[in-house]
Amino acid sequence: MVKMTRIDSPSALEHYRRAIKEKRAKYVKTVSVCGGTGCQAHECGAVYEALRAALDENGLAKTVELRQTGCHGFCEMGPLMVIQPSGIFYKKVSPEDIENIVEASLKGNKVVEELVYEDPVSGEDIKKESQIPFYKKQKRLLMSMNGKIDPCNIEDYLAQDGYSALVKTLFEMEPTEVIDEVENAGLRGRGGAGVPTASKWKAARKAIARDGIKYVLCNADEGDPGAYMDRSLLEGNPHAVLEGMIIGAYAIGANEGYIYVRHEYPLAVDNLLVAIDQARELNLLGDDILGSGFSFDINVSIGGGAFVCGESTALMASIEGRIGEPRVKHIHTAEKGLYQRPTNLNNVETWANVSLIINQGAAKYKRVGTKNSTGTKIFSLVGAINNTGLVEVPMGITLREIIYDIGGGVPKGKKFKAVQTGGPSGGCLPESLLDTPVDFDRLYDVGSMMGSGGMIVMDEGTCMVDIARYFVDFLCDESCGKCVPCREGLKQMLYIIEDITEGRGTLEQLDLLKELAEVMRDTSLCGLGQTAANPVLSTLEYFENEYLEHIKMKKCRAGVCKSLITFNINPKKCTGCMRCRKACPVGAIKGKKKEAHIIVQEKCEKCGICFEVCEYKAVVRK
Amino acid sequence: MKKELSPEVVAVEKHGAERSHLIRILHEVQREYNYLPEKALRNIAAMMDISLVDVYGVATFFRSFSLEPKGKHMVTCCMGTACHVRNSGGVLDEAKRHLGIEPGETTGDMLFSLETVNCLGACALGPVVVVDDKYYGEMTPARVRKVLKKVAEEEGRGQDDQD
Amino acid sequence: MVNLIIDGQSVEAEEGWTILEAAKYYGIDIPALCYYEGLTPTSACRVCVVEIIRGGRSRLSASCSYPVQEGIEVRTNSKKVKRARKVIIELLLASCPNSRTLQCLASKYGVTKIRFRSEDRGCILCGLCVRMCEEQMQAGAIGFVYRGVGREVAMPFHTKHEACRECGACLYICPVCELPCRGPMQPGELCNACLDTVQLEAFPCKD
Repeated sequence: MVKMTRIDSPSALEHYRRAIKEKRAKYVKTVSVCGGTGCQAHECGAVYEALRAALDENGLAKTVELRQTGCHGFCEMGPLMVIQPSGIFYKKVSPEDIENIVEASLKGNKVVEELVYEDPVSGEDIKKESQIPFYKKQKRLLMSMNGKIDPCNIEDYLAQDGYSALVKTLFEMEPTEVIDEVENAGLRGRGGAGVPTASKWKAARKAIARDGIKYVLCNADEGDPGAYMDRSLLEGNPHAVLEGMIIGAYAIGANEGYIYVRHEYPLAVDNLLVAIDQARELNLLGDDILGSGFSFDINVSIGGGAFVCGESTALMASIEGRIGEPRVKHIHTAEKGLYQRPTNLNNVETWANVSLIINQGAAKYKRVGTKNSTGTKIFSLVGAINNTGLVEVPMGITLREIIYDIGGGVPKGKKFKAVQTGGPSGGCLPESLLDTPVDFDRLYDVGSMMGSGGMIVMDEGTCMVDIARYFVDFLCDESCGKCVPCREGLKQMLYIIEDITEGRGTLEQLDLLKELAEVMRDTSLCGLGQTAANPVLSTLEYFENEYLEHIKMKKCRAGVCKSLITFNINPKKCTGCMRCRKACPVGAIKGKKKEAHIIVQEKCEKCGICFEVCEYKAVVRK
Repeated sequence: MKKELSPEVVAVEKHGAERSHLIRILHEVQREYNYLPEKALRNIAAMMDISLVDVYGVATFFRSFSLEPKGKHMVTCCMGTACHVRNSGGVLDEAKRHLGIEPGETTGDMLFSLETVNCLGACALGPVVVVDDKYYGEMTPARVRKVLKKVAEEEGRGQDDQD
Repeated sequence: MVNLIIDGQSVEAEEGWTILEAAKYYGIDIPALCYYEGLTPTSACRVCVVEIIRGGRSRLSASCSYPVQEGIEVRTNSKKVKRARKVIIELLLASCPNSRTLQCLASKYGVTKIRFRSEDRGCILCGLCVRMCEEQMQAGAIGFVYRGVGREVAMPFHTKHEACRECGACLYICPVCELPCRGPMQPGELCNACLDTVQLEAFPCKD
């Protein structure tokens, strides 16, 4: 690394940037090994180390640049490796493959066939990253950087022209011009509700700070279950978030910032701290940034594991070292937020969009997306889907395009049932709404919401009443417990839904559920409680049949609700292999070797292990 | 020789006694003890001049903190939505049955603690079980049992298949 | 002075007053449980919700912390308010059937049936005791611990703490420490002793 020195003018930064680029010109190839959490779980660390050693051994270290990057998105296929400039894409790489890769693709220009991605739909081998259907329909304005930079090396970000938006902001723009640009770009908050970012900034700018202190915060408490976009941005490209925050702080007139990261994301915290240190060393953070006269610094605050801390006032309480309990917001946090001072809070992805807007200009930025929802949105496409991973798409794309064209549809020939967006505040949408364009307002209209970007696909094996139960149960635990409608309402809601999933439900309870849901929406103190009933309301609206089946026929068509299902062994198919008998954790299966087994219903706990281990499909779930 | 300072003293001295550092200090103290002992919380309250009930409130509000000693091996089952639709419930049930404890509890031999988490953000791998920082993806009830058995065997506590 | 409308009457209120304070000043009764003069309002019980119409938009808000604003219209007894209030009282009674305050509220606001599963927890987590202990007694001996449906009021480690001087202020202010007139009640039972004597429609709906 070039020795880092304090940079005190835009020209010095450009000089430094040129030096980095020149230094790198010697590399003929670049190998990026994905180091996101998904790939780490698949032992990408060992792949990286093996390749590092192999490069040294083969004398390639001087011509081949190796870097461990953040998440590339296609987590299903991890560990991932991309070789540039050819763009060769390797999936599921293991340390044993390294020798072949070095020989074929690094010494030569060939491709290791068995590591090439095969399109499950066409069966075709696809060698290049850009041609893989999963990536093809995406618009990776933010995510593409993840594959190009080592998050722990600020030089990588600078080599990609990072911090040029900051220079433009500090030296060519007035704070109000920055806000105007963001307003013209139509940027809306990516954290959930989609509030126009510029209107928040304006309010915070206008607010009077009695002691001169204003705050800019970044909400990185990504608590929505099934969502990990913010995690990947922070882990893979932390400087984009920092740059956005510095620009925002300049626009608002704030000198102090906090990033509130959930404690469950240790890698994100580590990378962020490294990034902040490096930015400080170069004078991109701290006093008199780049000699502009503007000062701003960022602290990292770590959460303690509470979903409710994604709510603005709870987040602020937690930063202050108190329990993460929301308070009433009759006076806006823009005026009285953290420590009762003017505060502006945006989410990770929102901040990451800011430098893009400044660099491209509002006009170009809003060419992507729809009229009222501009730009791209990152979703974590998970659940019953072939291509699991992070996808960045232009707003306005339909759910169907995301699920089928990018996601490759539902695996194992099963039938699509629903897609859940918006986390515990969102809703479940049925097949008939798959042509809904993904945009803040349209999703809201159909009873869901954009949320932070979780997109969970469900197939026929998912029970929608159970999904409602799941979210209510989740919120019972994650509600702070302060206000009555949320705390008591959720608890009663859970009782009612449990009655239904356990076969005790009545039709009157459905009405009570709806009434309770409305009161919770209207009277809860914070957004968590106000939206807590959405998963119940949306499943009731689109999947009422399943509720009625549970209540009237005591039937769970998906075979999920344990009280309503039984496991039996079909004696015609059973070979008496003893597998299920051995596997049954409660000894509920009787039968001799080579004779058909039977399940003793009184003992059976319906764990489904026998169903899972049977190779002859002799175990029947009804 | 100088007497060694307790983790809470070290943490408070390192970060300062402002209340905004409380959560970070609790994290660090927990890392040292593997839980938050009553004595440490009392010391922290006194050093930071926060009423004890407030410290206790924060320690019990956030899920990351434990007031009970934890077992040698942490088994964490992810209960996120993506994991849920792929049967994380069944995986947890099997982990509970196999270890004979409920989430939040520790086995009598102090070998295993079982926890649930509401999403680890490793959704592509779901259902995910994390044992001592190692992620195990695509878990099933049968597989989680295997993983737990393997860990127990490495500790020399292998047991028969029969529960 | 701030001009606003409460239940159809044009009223003037002092800057900084909450809606609850303004209503009280004009003799309009808004029920409230976690509110107590002299203690910081937390708006946790939501019994005091009123309908606020501002800029053509109507929403329910807790009157105990909402500051009076010029030109707003407040309805303390609209259909929407009544329905929400009844469900909230019902929810509270399901968790605390032996509170005289709650049983009286039930009678007063026409709650005649509890449709929820009842379990007596003897506390509605209004937090008056916590604030009393901290703000008035300057003791800070009790507080909220745990969260969600597991939230409770306790002393640290659930044992008697030296900060507690046993002054009894917490008991004094507790709205659920007193048995209703037809008590002790079983969970789910309503006292409704004075149901016939109260006039449910004392304040007609102004929808």
